[in-house]
Amino acid sequence: MSIVIENLSFTYGKKTPYKKQALKNVSFTVNEGDFLGIIGHTGSGKSTLIQHINGLIKIEEGKIKVFDIDLSQKKPDLKLLRRKVGMVFQYPEYQLFDETVEKDVAFGPKNLKMSEEEIKQSVKEAIELVGLDYESIKDKSPFEISGGQKRRVAIAGVIAMKPKVLILDEPTAGLDPKGKEEILELILKLKESSAHTVIMIGHDIDELSRYVKRLIVLNDGQLVYDAKPAKLFENREKLEEMGLDVPIAYKLKCALSEKGVKMGEVANDDDFVREYLKIYKEKRN
Amino acid sequence: MSEAIIFENVSYTYNDGEENAVKALNDVSLSVHEGEFLALVGRNGSGKSTLAKMMNGLILPDKGKVISFGFDTQNKDTIFEVRKRVGLVFQNPDNQMVASIVEEDIAFGPENLGVKREEIIERVDFALKSVGMEEYRKSTPFKMSGGQKQRIAIAGVLAMLPKALVLDESTAMLDPKGRKEVLDVVKKLNKEEGITVVLITHYMEEALDSDRIAVMDNGKILKEGTPKEIFCDYELIDKAGLKLPTLLNIARRLKEEGVKFDGEIFSEEELTEALCRLL
Repeated sequence: MSIVIENLSFTYGKKTPYKKQALKNVSFTVNEGDFLGIIGHTGSGKSTLIQHINGLIKIEEGKIKVFDIDLSQKKPDLKLLRRKVGMVFQYPEYQLFDETVEKDVAFGPKNLKMSEEEIKQSVKEAIELVGLDYESIKDKSPFEISGGQKRRVAIAGVIAMKPKVLILDEPTAGLDPKGKEEILELILKLKESSAHTVIMIGHDIDELSRYVKRLIVLNDGQLVYDAKPAKLFENREKLEEMGLDVPIAYKLKCALSEKGVKMGEVANDDDFVREYLKIYKEKRN
Repeated sequence: MSEAIIFENVSYTYNDGEENAVKALNDVSLSVHEGEFLALVGRNGSGKSTLAKMMNGLILPDKGKVISFGFDTQNKDTIFEVRKRVGLVFQNPDNQMVASIVEEDIAFGPENLGVKREEIIERVDFALKSVGMEEYRKSTPFKMSGGQKQRIAIAGVLAMLPKALVLDESTAMLDPKGRKEVLDVVKKLNKEEGITVVLITHYMEEALDSDRIAVMDNGKILKEGTPKEIFCDYELIDKAGLKLPTLLNIARRLKEEGVKFDGEIFSEEELTEALCRLL
């Protein structure tokens, strides 16, 4: 097991008139190899939750264990934690700052006190892994490259620390349709080749359900569902009450089902096309 | 139909003459009709934002000209006439607030124009009502959601009583709820107040509801047409680096797998009907 969270609660602005409970008794486990999505409307607690996993917020109540690091202890080894859990924030390209792409990507590994040789090697690997040409981009300023490239460089900065778990907060926000697809394919590739466990926050349910194998739903700081996508969407009405949509493919499956066409499990477009073609071909034979 | 904004053979290059010169617009001619809802789509770097900023003279063409509501944007004497008529709303809601109280923020534009106090109050009332934020008049924008902030930004533009509203990816940073809030407001302004709308977006679902779509690529307009004309042109969609709205993409994939549809597919009902008929 990679991450175990037990009864996690957190309140912002405690003892002030602005206090707001962001997490209420959240418990779940992330297994090695999971591809997990977290959804919930703005203010549901998603960001507060992932900041806990990376040790950016100190635990108030409850327990978190990441591999063998117990974050509920007094002084957990945060350096080791951040080496194991890589975090890509929203619009990560806003955080690029150094003179060259190479130096920017090397910032994390340097902080982790890797050796010079190790740094050079991991920076090169990371830049190549995110699909950029190391030789031609390493000396460029991160400010003169395109938006899509910037985001890749920012992700490379996290990958260079060789995390075992990769957490991404809305990694496709603001990109054009092709850019979105490229980043998602990149995440899939990273999952297979480098970080084996991926947690992704997203708002676009059509997009998310194409990739993740498990979805956690947060509502008002509480974990309300933890299921595989096709099963989760069976709670369509409840999800819609929470302001969450189900994928268009799932809606189509429901609409067909009302007209008496019964399909197998549908979580995304691929499933819908496959399941429909199955029936279509059967009828024609 | 009269024209709101006319682009005549417009070209523009950033850092012209320098090593890092980028040609953003290449001989673009386009008319935005008065009262229409025009969606402008295209990949990053295709020239959409440059085109938007030219509509109220924030960027002036190197070659060609832009006529906004009868005024040439290159004429310095009438540039304020253009800015009064064409309002821009940008992507990041946090970068567009100038005051710490909502009503002061909205009054900022008309105050600068020297509008009388009584009229400013009327305009602020109208603007807040139009975006459905009347009860936030005395609140601070900083604690609001992204969708609310963008509605305040739109109200700030409305207080100038513009004839056209240009939204440059104004929904990109919002969650689905915030996007819907902003889009509903914009659609209402277009329908009820007759305000011309130019919506730049990466969400093809948003373009689906427009009167007309212009597709840009590489500093040029590839095609203009109704949503049907654009989204039925698969070759164009691929060439411009776009994707079909999810529903239409499912129909396309089924077609490519040999499913023979009869009739046009443009809505969930049409697709459901067609898929049932085929079984």
